[in-house]
Amino acid sequence: MGLLEGKKVIIIGDRDGIPGPAIEECVKTAGADVVFSSTECFV
Amino acid sequence: MVIYRHITISCFNYESNGGKLFCKPKILYADKKETVSKNQNRHDARLKKRGTAAEEICFAADILEVSMNSVIKATGYILVHAPDMVIHNGSTQTTERIVNPDSEYLKKLPQHIRSYEDALKYLPNQTYIGNMTPDDLAKFEQPWFDKTGDCADRFGKFGEIMPQEEFYLLMQACDVFDLLYLEKGFVDAAKPKLAAHPLMNESILGRIKDGVEMAEVEKFVNEEHAEGLYNHDKLVGYVKRAHDVDVNLAAHVIHENLVSKASSVLSILYAVKNSGLAPEDIDYVIDCCEEACGDVNQRGGGNFAKASAEIAGLSNASGSDMRGFCAGPAHAFIAASSLVKAGTYKNVIVAAGGCTAKLGMNGKDHVKKEMPILEDMLGGFAVVISENDGVSPEIDNSIIGKHSVGTGASPQAVITALVAQPLDDAGLKITDIDKYSAEMQNPDITKPAGAGDVPQANYKMIAALAVKRGDMDKAGLATFAEDHGMVGWAPTQGHIPSGAPYIGFAREDIMSGKIKTAMIIGKGSLFLGRMTNLFDGVSFVIRANSGAQTENSVSEEQVKGLIAKAMKDFAMTLMAE
Amino acid sequence: MDLENQKRVKELAEKYGPENVVVVLGAAEGEASGLAAETVTAGDPTFAGPLTGVQLGLKVYHICEEEMKSEVAEDIYEEQIGMMEMVLDVDDIASEMKSIRDQYCKY
Repeated sequence: MGLLEGKKVIIIGDRDGIPGPAIEECVKTAGADVVFSSTECFV
Repeated sequence: MVIYRHITISCFNYESNGGKLFCKPKILYADKKETVSKNQNRHDARLKKRGTAAEEICFAADILEVSMNSVIKATGYILVHAPDMVIHNGSTQTTERIVNPDSEYLKKLPQHIRSYEDALKYLPNQTYIGNMTPDDLAKFEQPWFDKTGDCADRFGKFGEIMPQEEFYLLMQACDVFDLLYLEKGFVDAAKPKLAAHPLMNESILGRIKDGVEMAEVEKFVNEEHAEGLYNHDKLVGYVKRAHDVDVNLAAHVIHENLVSKASSVLSILYAVKNSGLAPEDIDYVIDCCEEACGDVNQRGGGNFAKASAEIAGLSNASGSDMRGFCAGPAHAFIAASSLVKAGTYKNVIVAAGGCTAKLGMNGKDHVKKEMPILEDMLGGFAVVISENDGVSPEIDNSIIGKHSVGTGASPQAVITALVAQPLDDAGLKITDIDKYSAEMQNPDITKPAGAGDVPQANYKMIAALAVKRGDMDKAGLATFAEDHGMVGWAPTQGHIPSGAPYIGFAREDIMSGKIKTAMIIGKGSLFLGRMTNLFDGVSFVIRANSGAQTENSVSEEQVKGLIAKAMKDFAMTLMAE
Repeated sequence: MDLENQKRVKELAEKYGPENVVVVLGAAEGEASGLAAETVTAGDPTFAGPLTGVQLGLKVYHICEEEMKSEVAEDIYEEQIGMMEMVLDVDDIASEMKSIRDQYCKY
């Protein structure tokens, strides 16, 4: 069992890095249960 | 043969009538350049009688004169040094006073505030107003906050860096609801300075009111929920709330909105001056900042555009606000260019004022790293977009990038939609665009705050995409930013750095022949409004005026001529059968 | 980290139990990653948000770290993150993240 499978995942994305929705697509394939996703913007 | 300036032929309906094909153009629109009056039946204006399909096509080809692209006529770029607003109105500071009022940061902050003279000397600020080019700025080693160059002028090619005192008076001139008052002594000292300003005419100066007693200022700030106006730590005025109950008309909202309006007005004054047009020639203004004005029943009703146009004396203009977070300006430029190209308006100004909330946004990191507060500048810009004058660079409405609902959030999808897709459709490679202007935030500000070098990051993404698509090989990655990009210089005022700062330079570089094409990209973080998680962005290309093309290249007009000829030849073929 | 996001992290860690929660970051740089990671493990170092002085010690990774990449479907990863691997300083980010985890992670 990996780090993500079956876990509740909180995503803090970054507009200038990897945004939330992109991370969500990825971790879903690893069996994560995404409970919150957000994208931050610092500029 | 009557010459029509704009012709739109929407479609031909062919019907059979006893073996003869009748051609009925659905719409034949003739602009009023020549003798066609508005009331005249447009069909009567046609000189040839209806005939065969072939004759119709021939006729259409004869009068096919497609509408011309709009041009970037002029720009205005301004900064306002607002040191006291950093402390009293910047959201990082106002939030800190609520959640952590005894913090070290708040205690240390005042020692890091710059003087007006230092703000003038700051190289990125001189670049913003056009006294230096981005290339000039790049010659200096980063960070820039401890370097000086040759110029420290208040006035620049595109605009100016206005001191806080004079700006408060300009704000009062923009206040038409008796909400902003300034102390007597302050007005007496500052008014002559603003009166000496080359662009402040009697119409604006006449709106400045007499100063009031200090006791009144203190009373409103201490007892009536007014927003204080400070100058060098001294209380010098106040902005009242416009309603005792409605939070949308609270004093700090009115204050923010007056700041935005006044900085937009100043930008517009410069753009109009730089265009050589009269204020009456402007027929429309689009405001693209990120503020909202309204009341409880219409919280974002708006029209900063019309409000600014009024103070700037644009008596023939109406306007409206366009919002898209940081992508707002790019959306507005595309809309303005479309309005002009379609012949709806002749001279459209896209304008935006500055934002008090973002002042000192990254202050905590700057103070921690023993730097001055660099986010002490309000920014503003205005661009005049006009009918094609045969000289100024054109906005090419056929090369438009667009991040759509279905595009997706990955950076790759975003850059593909904004950069690669429109170029693909136009048969161009990423390397065919000479300069890209995405988000031109000053890295001096963003790097110490852990937000990286935003222009560089954008160029790396565009370059990476170019490599992925085979437009360029990996060796080009290292030099792409220098060859097709620039260092950042704009203040972190949200919509201000987004594509717009380069337009003034692009106009000059294209007219001098230094570059042929530039792409302006705007990107917006819509999720901040909690209405959608979607990202957003649009882009457009500026190119040399087709009238100014060299002998070797095929101009747009020549291409259209070729199409017209092809249609005629085709018609001849039909007639011969 | 945004104050509202700190609040959500705190609430969700309580709701599901901190040992069942993983935070995944997408920050653009090492420093920003480290700051966010520290916030959800040792507490908000800027003392501004709800996680001030709260040591959740949560498992936290950056999506570009090998530990995350290896668990994600290859084609999806390539499509969503591939290009940014050429843009971000992944090594810098990874070393910041590891350092924070080694110091503050409880699970």
